[in-house]
Amino acid sequence: MSGNLEITLKVWRQEAADSAGSFQTYQVSDVSPDSSFLEMLDQLNETLITEGKIPITFEHDCREGICGSCGFMINGQAHGPERGTTVCQLHMRSFKSGVTLVLEPWRAKAFPVLQDLLVDRAPMDRIQAAGGYCSTNVGNAPEANANLMGRKDASEAFLGAACIGCGACVASCKNASASLFTAAKIGQLALTPQGQPERAKRAARMVETMELEGFGACSNTYECEAACPKEIPVRFIQSMNREYLSAKLLDDEY
Amino acid sequence: MSLDSKCPDGPLEDRWKQHKAKTLKLVGPINRRKFNIIVVGSGLAGASAAATLAEQGYQVTCISFHDSPRRAHSIAAQGGINAAKNYQNDNDSAFRLFHDTIKGGDFRARESNVYRLAEVSENIIDQAVSQGVPFAREYGGTLSNRTFGGVLVSRTFYAAGQTGQQLLLGAYSSLMRQIDLGRVTMLTFKDMLDVVVVDGHARGVVLRDLKTGELSVEMGSSVVLCSGGYSNVFYLSTNAMKSNVSATWRAHKRGALMANPCYTQIHPTCIPQSGDHQSKLTLMSESLRNSGRVWVPSAEKDARKAAQIPDAERDYYLERKYPTFGNMVPRDVASRNAKYACDEGKGVGPNGRSVYLDFRDAIAREGEDSIRTKYGNLFQMYEKITGENPYQTPMQIYPAPHYTMGGLWVDYNLESNLPGLFVCGEANFSDHGSNRLGASALMQGLADGYFVLPYTLADYIARENPETPDSECAAAAEATTAVKERLDRLVGVQGKRSVDSFHRELGMELLDKCGMSRTREGLESARAKIRTLRDEFWSDVRVPTGGGAMNPEIEKAARVADFLEFGELLVVDAHNREESCGGHFREEHQTEEGEAKRDDANFTHASAWEFTGVDEQPVEHKEALEFEFVQPSQRSYK
Ligand SMILES: Cc1cc2nc3c(=O)[nH]c(=O)nc-3n(C[C@H](O)[C@H](O)[C@H](O)COP(=O)(O)OP(=O)(O)OC[C@H]3O[C@@H](n4cnc5c(N)ncnc54)[C@H](O)[C@@H]3O)c2cc1C
Ligand code: FES
Repeated sequence: MSGNLEITLKVWRQEAADSAGSFQTYQVSDVSPDSSFLEMLDQLNETLITEGKIPITFEHDCREGICGSCGFMINGQAHGPERGTTVCQLHMRSFKSGVTLVLEPWRAKAFPVLQDLLVDRAPMDRIQAAGGYCSTNVGNAPEANANLMGRKDASEAFLGAACIGCGACVASCKNASASLFTAAKIGQLALTPQGQPERAKRAARMVETMELEGFGACSNTYECEAACPKEIPVRFIQSMNREYLSAKLLDDEY
Repeated sequence: MSLDSKCPDGPLEDRWKQHKAKTLKLVGPINRRKFNIIVVGSGLAGASAAATLAEQGYQVTCISFHDSPRRAHSIAAQGGINAAKNYQNDNDSAFRLFHDTIKGGDFRARESNVYRLAEVSENIIDQAVSQGVPFAREYGGTLSNRTFGGVLVSRTFYAAGQTGQQLLLGAYSSLMRQIDLGRVTMLTFKDMLDVVVVDGHARGVVLRDLKTGELSVEMGSSVVLCSGGYSNVFYLSTNAMKSNVSATWRAHKRGALMANPCYTQIHPTCIPQSGDHQSKLTLMSESLRNSGRVWVPSAEKDARKAAQIPDAERDYYLERKYPTFGNMVPRDVASRNAKYACDEGKGVGPNGRSVYLDFRDAIAREGEDSIRTKYGNLFQMYEKITGENPYQTPMQIYPAPHYTMGGLWVDYNLESNLPGLFVCGEANFSDHGSNRLGASALMQGLADGYFVLPYTLADYIARENPETPDSECAAAAEATTAVKERLDRLVGVQGKRSVDSFHRELGMELLDKCGMSRTREGLESARAKIRTLRDEFWSDVRVPTGGGAMNPEIEKAARVADFLEFGELLVVDAHNREESCGGHFREEHQTEEGEAKRDDANFTHASAWEFTGVDEQPVEHKEALEFEFVQPSQRSYK
């Protein structure tokens, strides 16, 4: 069809965590500009399957930018060139016909490659499990309107709450730090009335777990903010550092 | 087989209270840790059930095929969650929520269940807020509400257009806390492919590790399925790509009855299909109908741009036909009318299969900023997908498969007819009748998991004192072998066609013949076609092998194989139900105005199907529905 695109892909192929990987080149023809990036990969995979080859593995599910499953590097950029966009929401109309795109998995010590473009992000769940919650059992909850929350704090907290846990912040950071991810949750709950009782303990445990899981430290290059599909601002990291410091100062509180 | 719903009787408001106090037995706190409960799924239903059972002291194993419990499809819910809090002082009450839901479901759900849902709805909001869920708030700091379709009060709580995400992250945080405390074992990357039945009770599941391809069994005191809905049988739907019917279908093949599979919901406001490359459809939340007005050009095949069509030449057909509810009619009514408008040749867009959802008047009235605050992320999503700016031009929308009211049959205790197998959330058939009202699935999933199952499952444990069978017992070995043989057979075909190509063909057939409107002949031809397609699948599908232990194509193939069996039952049920109700619209049964025409004399029942073999005729069991508190009537939204 006229107006359709020709794309060259150099894709990282790796069978398993313990096998070596390499780049393979593929031509994808007749790509509709209305298709999403993942639909373009579907199209390629369909061809590979009918040719008796092995399709490319990538993670995905909702395909609407909310589940956080998808994500890989396109020409060195996490989730590709468009700001505030997951790779599943990126559309081929953003690319010119004839381009060559290099696709690589998230690269971080804490995220082993499972296959091709898919990495294991289980460490992020372990950071959440280290206090990324309010300890409330079903049956304990007070009336919902018993605790008021002003709009200013509510909207700031919401920015942090919007994190989809995709790992783009880690992938875009030269230190492979998970600071933005960790800070988003600490910051959200620090602003929320229900988060107060465990505020210090949460900050300390989550930050320390992040370090134990093999993520690097933040050196303020702010690549994470630029890569974050939910555009979570780096000021969350600054407030996390304050939360952590004051938790340490108040050590005996938790 | 007689189906006992175990619904209590007596005054509606007392039923759940009495049932809890007098019927349901307790398990002592010290004994609870002896029981291991298997929860399949970590969406709203699964995460809330797993966390709550663990809080009570049971050992829980929670299973998901996702890499993290937070990815469950519930994350994608946009618009909101209902609760009868009456915060807007508009005379809302549990009874009114109950009544709206029963009526919205076109009088095809159980009164007792629906009342209980309405009753616990308030506690859900309290629970979510105590977890830190950031619902939208007013300037004074109290919680905000919006209105959803099919009702005349404002009872929907929301978190921008990300309500499902925030509620799921709330439930997920409670789940992570229990993992932290060592009471929940979370198994990710595990596909549940069968139920292990020991002495007539569900006692385990067969799992396939998606990273290594290995099979294993997990045994416990009981099994809770929270595996979501089956809209993806239509191939294109608003569901996440991996949503499937396999968990419930495999349970069905082990004896659990599948109820009302033909009750599927086609959601009116979705972004229309743009081409063959399309892999899924995107919902535009129903909440948009609070501000957007639905219209088509009055003239057929009007090729002018929306802005060039003056008001007098626009047909705001929902406002015209349903003056009381206007754009806020229930989903089935809105979808059907969009279809009628397009069938009449008034549809817009490249292939004439869309209608406008226009925000011009709301923007003029409230300003662009106010609209951005309410729906910013939805507008942005629309623009990303279509490349058009909905602040300037109306959205184009068309109905798409979205939700499935049918599912495994459960009694009032959420237990299926297979003892020890409980089913929560979208996977069961319980509360929405033949049409679900907006913002009530989140409510139901969380009601089931936080407030119902933890009581009813305790009763089962107290009565049965179930032991966890050995994972090497004969039943476990038999189920594992059956799974292995099926997977080997799938991989062994090595035909020419991809799994997706079969899925697409099945979906298109179902959408055409068993979608928004259905006819006897259409359903008969669909059934024949599905059988042929299934045979072709088993002789010509190609599942690539040799690229490492992880193989997402096997995962997909196993799911599509199940859809190809389940799809036939969907059609059989739709053919059998000789009436129209809610989302099930049989062209033979309509009023003069084209509304769904029920046949209460012959169809006031749930149809629960028993599996008798692939290619065999399933057996129907009926559960009669009784209405004591609302009188079934022809629904009117005029
Ligand atoms: C786009 C969209 C928007 C929506 N918006 C709203 C809304 O605004 N309000 C509302 O009330 N409802 C809404 N709904 C409906 C609602 O989101 C769902 O009905 C509900 O979230 C389903 O929750 P669940 O827990 O039952 O299942 P899901 O969230 O689908 O979870 C299923 C879980 O089961 C697991 N699973 C499934 N099968 C297997 C298997 N074989 N092995 C292992 N694990 C398995 C999955 O990994 C997942 O964890 C929306 C739905 C969609 C599609
Ligand atoms: S697939 Fe869900 S965010 Fe991309």
